[in-house]
Amino acid sequence: MSNRDSGVVLPKKGAGGNGQGNKGISKSGWYFFAFVLILYAVVAAFDISAVLRALNIFSGLIVQIAPVLSLVFVFILVTDLLVKPDKIIKYLGSESGITGWLVAIAGGIISSGPVYVWFPFLAELRRKGMRPSLAAVFLYNRAVKVPLLPLMIFYFGVLFTVVLTVYMLIFSVISGYLTEILVGDE
Amino acid sequence: MNFSRSALKTGRSFLQVIPVLLGVLLLISLVNATVSPEVYAGFFTGNWIIDPFIGAAFGSIAGGNPITSYIIGGELLSLHVSIMAVTAFILSWVTVGLISLPAEMEILGRRFALVRNLLSFIFSIAAAVLVGLTLIFAGVSL
Repeated sequence: MSNRDSGVVLPKKGAGGNGQGNKGISKSGWYFFAFVLILYAVVAAFDISAVLRALNIFSGLIVQIAPVLSLVFVFILVTDLLVKPDKIIKYLGSESGITGWLVAIAGGIISSGPVYVWFPFLAELRRKGMRPSLAAVFLYNRAVKVPLLPLMIFYFGVLFTVVLTVYMLIFSVISGYLTEILVGDE
Repeated sequence: MNFSRSALKTGRSFLQVIPVLLGVLLLISLVNATVSPEVYAGFFTGNWIIDPFIGAAFGSIAGGNPITSYIIGGELLSLHVSIMAVTAFILSWVTVGLISLPAEMEILGRRFALVRNLLSFIFSIAAAVLVGLTLIFAGVSL
């Protein structure tokens, strides 16, 4: 069965999706990076202290995401080596049913670090048969962070934290369903 | 498939993603360094629908670590911004990413990224209003 037949919408090849057969490096990423550097130069011309503050925040972010990025690298490598498309289709594909939703919700909740470091891992899973809806559910549930709940309770209280967490779980499922309906065959 | 071939393939994927990730991180840092909670607070009106919309818009532009959104959200509450607006802000901070949108489109597909972010933006407002109404129903004065 082809990916199209199984309802899988493939991420763009040659991006971060571990695209098979792609030998060249996408230039659009470098153009984007160059644009940001130019933006920094423009801001620096007006307010050098803002750029220094930004670079300070940036270095903190790099330190923060480096371990997570390493973990994602290992996940992708292990997935590529050990997890075959039929397993992904079974647990995260169009036939996965409630198991797929629960796996995606749990994965989103337990994954740590910024959302964008998980894009390549999701692209790899989608290439192997993950439903778009479950990728969306995974990303939405990144909002539910168990280790951060005490901090949220500290700032906003227990009741607010419980109510918000329940609504986030509900909306993650709705978001997943609608994403798949609206994305269709990309 | 052997280990070295898989490692090479994974490494190549990462090389493609790194300039986008660095660009996103630099943009997030610049926004967080130049826009203070006081600047955010000045835009809120006290309206139950407009304020969550504004909160979601600010959360969508910025983004990054959820801890930062809690701290800014706490600051906004102390500046008398409504809990609905703050809820929309902290929700969209994590679920919507305008700055990381180029990375998401590049890696997960253009249409998927646009649809997912748009839905997440709408749902951050809807969830914020529902959270507010639930809290009122539970007897909490907002």
